[in-house]
Amino acid sequence: MQKYFTRMGDGTGIYLDAETIQHDLKEGTADAARRGKIPELTKEELDYLFEIVTSPVNVASVTRGSEVVTSSDSGAFKINYQADISMDRATAIQVHEKVLAADSLDLGNIDYSYKVVKAILNDEAKVMENVQLNTIMPVLYGAMPNLGLYTKPDGPVDNWSELMPLGKIEESRKAQEEAIEHAVKDMVYISGGMYNAGADGMNFDTCGASGDADVVAALLAIEKVKKQYPDLGIEMGMSGEFVIGMHGQLEYGGARVAGLYPHRQVELAEKAGVSIFGPVVNTNSNMTFPWNLARAVTFIKACAEAANIPVHANVGMGVGATPMSPVPPSDAVSRAAKALVEIGKADGL
Amino acid sequence: MGGIRSAGDLVMRMQLNRGMKINQAKKYIADKLGVTAAELADCSVMREIRQDLDIGYPMPDPGAAKGIAAKVRIADLLGIKINSVEHFKKRSGLK
Repeated sequence: MQKYFTRMGDGTGIYLDAETIQHDLKEGTADAARRGKIPELTKEELDYLFEIVTSPVNVASVTRGSEVVTSSDSGAFKINYQADISMDRATAIQVHEKVLAADSLDLGNIDYSYKVVKAILNDEAKVMENVQLNTIMPVLYGAMPNLGLYTKPDGPVDNWSELMPLGKIEESRKAQEEAIEHAVKDMVYISGGMYNAGADGMNFDTCGASGDADVVAALLAIEKVKKQYPDLGIEMGMSGEFVIGMHGQLEYGGARVAGLYPHRQVELAEKAGVSIFGPVVNTNSNMTFPWNLARAVTFIKACAEAANIPVHANVGMGVGATPMSPVPPSDAVSRAAKALVEIGKADGL
Repeated sequence: MGGIRSAGDLVMRMQLNRGMKINQAKKYIADKLGVTAAELADCSVMREIRQDLDIGYPMPDPGAAKGIAAKVRIADLLGIKINSVEHFKKRSGLK
């Protein structure tokens, strides 16, 4: 029986027969449909996914004419901090533009949280000014709402993760509501500084990392930023496929935020004034790449169909069917990208 | 899509500035440049166009518009406001 090379969700290579791959594709789409209450992929789409998975090429690509653009959520750290090459961020952005052919990039502080940037905004703004003088592609400023940083002892608010196990649910909710106020102020302040430094946009990234309050903080900040700086582009990227209800009762635009999947998250993003939405689908490292791929494509397709704004699917380590590995294999990453664009109808990655 | 090797930066600008979905953004840029949507990602086609319009390209010739100079031209070409260009004009006294 012929076996095809593919991967597990942690990147390990495996050989699977056609029947197993088809089974996992069906199970993956069914899992997404059940959790998100969205349609499963059609038989034709699953057949095409099978073709993509079993293609004998190393690196797959979209058909000519289906190319999409890329945005980033790494603060221009890939070359310097992560690859450990001695290079400043402004130079790294030029390398991304002129050598690596990036469509856009975000500048960010290595801590990548708005709260941390507040104290060094003037210095970050000067880097953005230099970058804007020397680059052609759009350059955004990126950071995370990261609501957890506002808790004691680092921040002013009681720690809801400590309060909840004590049964202090009301206190925990109040602490999160207070943290939202602090975070919104910081995000609006930094957006103003970056607008004045010439940024093309702001990237509110990894929203929801601290739960539903984290998402609400980002949405409220975006609303204010768009009111003050209507020309500033806004990208909103998520931390996971499902908004965790750390608070549980917070609403935005009349909808409860906890428990929302990408196709509902994008509706709130649009209401707030987001220009580009970045949904996340988590990779399960215990399942196969075909299972994760069908699952991710199902969620992204539903999100792109619901969206009136461009959707840039997150395709990094551990999300968007990409294996959970520090160095994700390019055979899997390129197949994920192709499927998310051609079947998922993502407007970018 | 290829960034300034092709027209990726321009398509991305329309998504960020106007919230255009990918096909709408590509059509907007293709119409402005007089090419097909597929040609937008073709670095062979796009290099010549970018050279002619002087809107920035990799491995530039001496005297070519770079950085903010290229973006001044891009803002005019696409009919959009580019934040850094607006600030540059104010700070240099051009506006």
